[in-house]
Amino acid sequence: MQVNGEQADLARPMSLGAFLSDMEIGASRIVVERNGEIVARDSYDTTMLSAGDVLEILYFVGGG
Amino acid sequence: MDFTPERLERYSPHILLNEVGGAGQRKLFDARVLVIGVGGLGSPAALYLAAAGIGTIGLVDADVVDLSNLQRQIIHATPDVGRPKVDSAADSIAALNPDVVVRPYRQHVDEDNIRSIVRDYDFVIDGTDSFAAKFLINDACVAEGVAFSHGGVGRFRGQTMTVLPGRSACYRCVFGAPPPEGAVPPCSRMGILGAVAGMLGTIQAAEALKFFTDTGQLLVDTMLTFDARDMKFRKVPVKADSHCAACGCRTAKAGAPEAGGGGPDAR
Repeated sequence: MQVNGEQADLARPMSLGAFLSDMEIGASRIVVERNGEIVARDSYDTTMLSAGDVLEILYFVGGG
Repeated sequence: MDFTPERLERYSPHILLNEVGGAGQRKLFDARVLVIGVGGLGSPAALYLAAAGIGTIGLVDADVVDLSNLQRQIIHATPDVGRPKVDSAADSIAALNPDVVVRPYRQHVDEDNIRSIVRDYDFVIDGTDSFAAKFLINDACVAEGVAFSHGGVGRFRGQTMTVLPGRSACYRCVFGAPPPEGAVPPCSRMGILGAVAGMLGTIQAAEALKFFTDTGQLLVDTMLTFDARDMKFRKVPVKADSHCAACGCRTAKAGAPEAGGGGPDAR
């Protein structure tokens, strides 16, 4: 799997929600693009990741 | 505006560029850019736009200059502490380039005033420091069909994308809605490396200059992100969302024209 341009191995089958929580990334601070499509925030826990997935995690960055 | 000998000399580095030249410089003279938020992003953006000879620069900010602003807000100086930011910035611009007409708006943007302000401009720089303002600017620019540059910074990180309403993904297509209250601490509490704001605001100014001179490829359908700690820059492709609350209908109505170089004539 590729996350923000870098290889990341899936240790076990897991959902996007579990992956984010393993990475200690708060879901309310980000949006996730999976294979080019934004994943709805309420379906993180039902979105199962697979080895060929390309994830882009975009953070809310609000300072100016 | 005429090319006097002084102007030819002042703008010669632009005129030397094939992509800009005299014709491009004239487009910059005729251009109107609105900078919303004259802070960490708006300061460098407004300075570079003024230096470039943008004919009219609108500045929107309700705040006064605070001592803690000066670590990054380089359009203001120590004697300006306590002055309205729009006045301080107008003075800096006048000193840098008397060709520029500055329109100060000492006010916050809100739902009632924003559309009537942005519609007088060809390009908007989002230099605000709240998500509410960023979505407000996005929605107003999309509704009025005004191109804009989204920008955000925090700590060591920056992100920016350019939006051509009806032709490219908008900020709301990507982020949907502001994060829940408290999920992302404000800049004032999380800190920022001053130069990071300068980097991002300068990219936003470059996008505006490219837009008017039809140079290269704008950051459309692309979120540029960087982290200054390792200086990694990434361009993340993003797509217009046909269900987007701000632009869904617009992008659908416009069909699928090529979003690329952009340019004010292409709107």
